[in-house]
Amino acid sequence: MDIKPSSIFMPSEDVVARVIEDELIIVPLVAGIGDSNDELYTMNETGKAIWLRLDGKKTLSDIAVELSHEFNADIDMIEHDVLGLMEELTSRKIVVGQE
Amino acid sequence: MPYVKKLQPHEFNFLHSKNILLAKIDIELTERCNNRCIHCCINQPENDEGSLLREMDTELVKRILTEAANLGCFTVKFTGGEPLLRKDFAEIYLFARRLGMQVILFTNARLITPSLAGLFAKFPPGREIEVSVYGMSSESYDVVSGCSGSFLEFRQGVDLLLQYKVPFIVKGPLLYFLKEDQEAFEAWAETIPSMDAKPGYSMNFELRSRRDDQTKNERIAKLRVTPEDTVAMFARNPYYIADMVRFCGNFIGPPGDKLFLCGAGQGSCCIDAYGHAQLCLPMRRTDTVIDLNKISLKKAIEESFPFIRETKAKNPEYLRRCARCFLKGLCEQCPAKSWVEYGTLDTPIEYFCEIAHAQARFLGLLSVSESAWDVEDWKERVKRFVEINSTVG
Repeated sequence: MDIKPSSIFMPSEDVVARVIEDELIIVPLVAGIGDSNDELYTMNETGKAIWLRLDGKKTLSDIAVELSHEFNADIDMIEHDVLGLMEELTSRKIVVGQE
Repeated sequence: MPYVKKLQPHEFNFLHSKNILLAKIDIELTERCNNRCIHCCINQPENDEGSLLREMDTELVKRILTEAANLGCFTVKFTGGEPLLRKDFAEIYLFARRLGMQVILFTNARLITPSLAGLFAKFPPGREIEVSVYGMSSESYDVVSGCSGSFLEFRQGVDLLLQYKVPFIVKGPLLYFLKEDQEAFEAWAETIPSMDAKPGYSMNFELRSRRDDQTKNERIAKLRVTPEDTVAMFARNPYYIADMVRFCGNFIGPPGDKLFLCGAGQGSCCIDAYGHAQLCLPMRRTDTVIDLNKISLKKAIEESFPFIRETKAKNPEYLRRCARCFLKGLCEQCPAKSWVEYGTLDTPIEYFCEIAHAQARFLGLLSVSESAWDVEDWKERVKRFVEINSTVG
């Protein structure tokens, strides 16, 4: 699936996200996510802020607008971050796109 | 800029930080076992009705897991007995994984089926399965397990794990009549893809955890490795001296009358097969366990455990010896093991005392005739030991 501002994504059912000590941890549930089966993933603050908005309803553009208001940041820069994160997450099969 | 970072295992430390009320939980799913190992401290017969009736039901296990996850718990160990005896094991396993927990499974592998191996392959536990091995042939294995045909079932189970590429490691008891198997065991262990070190051995076997079988206790005591052979096994580790340098520099010294010096119940918890929270698995004295049918896990950890940990020694013999002994830290003496051996929390355990003294003599911290609790210049001795050996390893 192409990653565009109009795309909608949500967390894959094959991962569990946990927040432990303010750290967002992504725990793969099934084999095939990541390089080995004992890996965990965490995200930086930007990634975490975006992840928490992936609900399968908002477009990536919607998320970028929300974040630019919340953090008073440049919308183009935020959108760049959102698209960049989706590329990383889709390459690891941590998110799925909604058609 | 990468937004997603893959965590390496050494970076998992924050998952066990002091701010997390419960980082790790051990759950004994059953005391029943399909083996009857001669050295086992807990096993009940596979179909023991009394145990079956009292075991936690599926909903209680799930409730405890959910509470644990809400407290920050990241790792659950399923142990027993033989945890795969539980008919609801697959359900409990998936429930734990869907809470985002990594699972450590202790098993003899006899009950691994294609279905279970497939489950572990599809939903990996996140940690290697730990398989206990009791011999390398039917002649040895079946004698230890007390069950005819158990070796063949164990090999079938392990072969399924290999076939489905489920990572596992192996370990075993160090029994004198398994000595001939040891070389074959270690050679076979080297062929297992996920083994990156020699297998671990249990050798200072614990007596019956519930103090329920004096005859078996006498047999277990005879099977225990001698203090001298224990030290010989430690010394096989090429990093033993370097490890002791680090350890002695930081953790050795007389404890006084404080009994609970380990981390039991601090960030960790054990649950017995009947829903009781314990500071550690051997600590089963009835006034130190908390019934989770009546009290929440959070309350047990926040209120009950700290209260128990404040217990002080009163036994004059303990105060004369263990309280003054600088080998505390090296010695396995603890209130749980004292209870298992003697029914009290503060009785010196001769076997562990001998092992600690044998270690100290091997390391040059004690002469043959000395008792560590009478040594006054222990700080100087430890400093000298650290200085002499600091370049080792």
